[in-house]
This record gives sequence, structure tokens and C-alpha cells, in this order.
Amino acid sequence: MTANHNIDAGRWVAAILALALLIFAAPASAELHIDITRGVVEPIPIAVTNFYGAGGTEAQMGQNIAKVVSADLERSGLFKPIDPAAFIQNPAALQALPRFADWRLLHTQGLVTGAVTREGDGRLRVEFRLWDVVVEQQLAGLTLFASPETWRRIAHKVADAVYKRITGEEGYFDTRIVYIAETGAATARIKRLAIMDQDGENHQFLTNDRTLVLTPRFSPTNQEITYLSYYGGKPRVFLFNIESGRQEVVGDFPGMTFAPRFSPDGNTVIMSFSTGSNSNIHALNLRTRGVTQITNGPSIDTSPSYSPDGKRIVFESDRGGTQQLYIMNADGSGLQRISFGQGRYGGPVWSPRGDLIAFTRLSGGKFAIGVIRPDGTGERTLVESHHAEGPTWAPNGRVLMFFRETASADGKGRVARLYSVNLSGGNERRVPTPVDGSDPAWSPLIP
Amino acid sequence: MYVKLLSLFAAVVLVAACETAPSDTGAATGIGRTGLTTGNNGIGTSTGSVRPGSQDDLASLGGQGTGDRVFFQYDRADLTPEGRATLDRQAGWLRQYGQVTVTIEGHTDERGTREYNIGLGNSRATAVRNYLTALGIDANRVAVISYGKERPAVLGDSDQTWSQNRRGVTLVN
Repeated sequence: MTANHNIDAGRWVAAILALALLIFAAPASAELHIDITRGVVEPIPIAVTNFYGAGGTEAQMGQNIAKVVSADLERSGLFKPIDPAAFIQNPAALQALPRFADWRLLHTQGLVTGAVTREGDGRLRVEFRLWDVVVEQQLAGLTLFASPETWRRIAHKVADAVYKRITGEEGYFDTRIVYIAETGAATARIKRLAIMDQDGENHQFLTNDRTLVLTPRFSPTNQEITYLSYYGGKPRVFLFNIESGRQEVVGDFPGMTFAPRFSPDGNTVIMSFSTGSNSNIHALNLRTRGVTQITNGPSIDTSPSYSPDGKRIVFESDRGGTQQLYIMNADGSGLQRISFGQGRYGGPVWSPRGDLIAFTRLSGGKFAIGVIRPDGTGERTLVESHHAEGPTWAPNGRVLMFFRETASADGKGRVARLYSVNLSGGNERRVPTPVDGSDPAWSPLIP
Repeated sequence: MYVKLLSLFAAVVLVAACETAPSDTGAATGIGRTGLTTGNNGIGTSTGSVRPGSQDDLASLGGQGTGDRVFFQYDRADLTPEGRATLDRQAGWLRQYGQVTVTIEGHTDERGTREYNIGLGNSRATAVRNYLTALGIDANRVAVISYGKERPAVLGDSDQTWSQNRRGVTLVN
């Protein structure tokens, strides 16, 4: 049983409908399930077979798709793909029905099968099924239509469907990362905006090497990025439209604007304005360009981040003497400090689920990435490092990305790299980038 | 398609911003304008050939060619007594060269998150500017910019290097 979706060849942004339309077989099969809320998870063995293709190009595409699905699932740390060399049924034979008893001999629990055909209009039709080989049932199925060059997105959608069916959580594979690509000497670093798929593929530089840019963040609703640019020698918050490539300053204000982040509805950018020697948090309405000042004091208030319902803001402030995390209502009322541990706390980011806030902590000369509940309880360290900074959440709130700086091999410079880590603190993985990378920001699921 | 769309970027990226900033070089990247030009941190301060009213001239006001900069304590933006003495000399120099305008760059060491350090660099640059204007220098001659931890003067993980990076640099425009 499959549900049909369509990727319009011309407009990938308007691509596939929600995976919620998936039609699942028997939800009763309890054997194949991962509870990812537990700390340490034993990865589930899964066999991802090459998708069947009748012709050479379709078969090649089917093989490529299977590879990407397998790599996505493996990188999550929740699945252990079985070596295809052990597979005992070929893609063509699998089109009938899997020989479950044989697959069980490989000690796999999940089995992914699929087929690729080319439609008359040149589009690909990709069908996929997820099987539970223990209870011999189909768990999920999906048919996607797409132009051939979007095959990676199809694969990510398939991986998302598998992830969702088995964990009960939304996937995060059909997403992108915007980050700062770094080159050049440490004392005169060249920093550019760059974007790539969550697995590092389809990498593109978005800005040139003449302007220092920092701290990009994705819009939750549009193909838009907000970031800090030193364009014209003035540090100010800009918007970058991913579809048109247009860059636009959000407004011309007397001082510097920095540390931007979108509101959950995408209509507001919240950021710091320098006001004399202080920095205070302001909200800028993107439609009216009206500005509302939210904090007002003789301190550095920065790195604001809205709660997913838009009603509260977490930010950092040195008003108490050192950098600490504070929460307030969106209008600035009801201020409360939430961090009380050892050291300085900065760069808070509210999880898309609302349950946790990620931060960067500095104590004892070391950096750490941690999470804390909005009420200040449950603080937990995920990563400790000489220099780790800048967490960003996957849209499902179960995985984070951050960057780490280390001394270069010759000791004369710095190496900056992106990493992902599960919320448990486990499964840390390097995210490949063609040059050094910092300040990652995870996109929402691509619509 | 996605690929095609992205390939459009290359073409339009250069159409930057709806504004008319005069230049996208130099100050924008900070390369060569971060106070590194007076570099070597002053070893062998040039003598004799310094053009009056120039950056090198300003730098030569202080020992080891650091007359163009003041240094800060860790996580602090208030001026030290040494810093105030340096700025007293800078103010005298600015009075002497009344046509010169300057930009104060605020910098931090690497210990601290990126955004906080941008705020801290702004606080430092503003402290320098406020001190100079309190001494009678026209505020219109003194701009500020913060680079946070983006432009360290020297690289390293020691108190010595960090203390050189926590600085406010007065740059002749």
C-alpha cells in the first residue's frame, strides 16, 4: 500500500506533501521500535537494498538512492545497516515479496525495498517499502515523483519515513545547513556564507570573500537566512533570500545590529542593537520594519531566541556580572535567570520542541555544549572541548550541530569543523565541509 | 532544479544589499585595517621616515609602537590607568592633527561566545571613544566598530597572547 506524492520538477520548495499522509500497515508490530528518549540506544539492524530498476539508468539510480538512505540511517546512530554483500535476495526478486525467513538469518529487523521507474514526462517514480522481517509485515510505504536531479532529496525523504516509522519522531534528513565557510590566516580569516544538504552534499557558497559574515540563521517559514554582515565596514543584520540571492540590510540604525534570529512565525527578527557601550535586545517586524526595544540596561544583552510558541525569549546577559542565561516574556516582562552552574553561559537556542534550551558554557578554560530546561533544571553537558561553540537544533529537537576549533597541525593556525551529536551526548559525527566551517544553522524540514 | 536554483546564486550574489555603501573592501573585511599594519607589535619601531598624522605616527606615540591601542582586562571594558595614559597622548595627537578622523576597533580574546564578544568589543571601542570625546575630541571624528574575536592580533592560547588581543585600536581613516 503506498501513498502518492509529487515533486514538481520546477519548484522543489513546493515539493512533497507531508509525510503524515503515509499509510502504515499494522501499527501493532511492537518489535521494531526505538525509544530515542532513552540515553543510550542499541542501533537497530536494517537491510537497505538497492531499489529495483528495469533499465540501466534506473538501476543505477536505485543503487544511488539506497546508498544515501543507508548513510542517513547509519549517521543517526539509531540504525546499523547490514553489509549488502550478505544480501540473499536481489532487487528484482524483492519486487514480489521478501523471503522473510531468509532475511531473518541475517539478524536484520528492518528491510527497505524499492523501485525506480521513469515516467513518460521524464520524471522518476520512486516507490519504497519498509518491512518488519520479524512479524513479516509492511510498516511503511511511499511513492514519490521527482525530476532526476532531485534524487538525493527523494532518498532523504525515504530515510525520514523510515526514521519516523521506527522512532515515532519526525525525521531530519531532508534538511539543509547554512554555515560560515572559513579560509585564510587566523588573524585575517575570510568568512563566507555557504549552504549544503545536512549530509554535506550539494555544497554552495552564497557570498563572496570580500565581506566578513557571521552567525547565519534560517527562517522557519521562508527560504531566507538572517545573518551579520560587515558590508561597507558596518556590522549590521542582513537578510539573504536563498531563491533570488538578494541580500538586504534589515534597517539602517545608528549603531551596530547583531545576533539575529527569526521568530517562529518568520515575521520578526530579534537581535541586539548596540546602544552606546551597551547592547540591548530589539525586535524588528519584517513587514512594517517597526522596531520594539525589549531590554534596556547597562549591560550586554545578546543571543536572543524565541520559544517555539513565540511567547518567551531566552537570551544571555552580563547584567549580573558574568554572562548568564535569562528568560523573559516576549514583551520583556517576567525576567528570570535560569543558569546557575559553574562558569559563563552564552548562545542559548530554544529547541523546536520547546522542552530544552541548548547553550555554550565556558568554565575552567574549557568550552562545553549543554542543554537545560526552560525552568533552569536538568542541566546536562553533551560535549566538552577546548573550544566547542554554537549549537543549532535539528528540526525534530533530537540532534544538534555545533562547531569545534582546534590548533592546526603546524600549530600556526586554527582548524574549525562542524559536528553533529545526539541529544544524549552520544554519536558525535563530523559533518563534512570542503573548507573550515563554523556557526552552523539547521533548516526546518524542507517543504 | 535545486541545483539549478543554487547556480543562480553565483550570478546574483554580487547584487548585494539595497544600499549604496561606497566600498566593500578594506574595512569590510578588516584585512589590513585591524591594527595589524603597525604589526610586529612594534619591534623595531620605524624612525625618521614616519609621515606626521599617519597611523605609524600615532602608533609611535607609545612604547614598542603600541601608541595606537589600549589593552583591557579579561571580560572587562573599563580603561586601565595605562590605557588612559595612552588615550591622553592620542587626544593630544588628534588635537595636533585636527583634520584626521579615526575609527576605534574593539577586539576581544577568543574566550567567549561569538555574539557576546561582538557586544564586548563594542563596549571597549565605545569606552575609548567616550574617553577621547571627554577630552574634547569632536565626536564626529571618532567612529567605532566591533570585531569581537574575529581579528586577533596574535594567535595562541596563553595569557600573553590573550592580553594582546583584548584591545581597542585607534585607526586613522
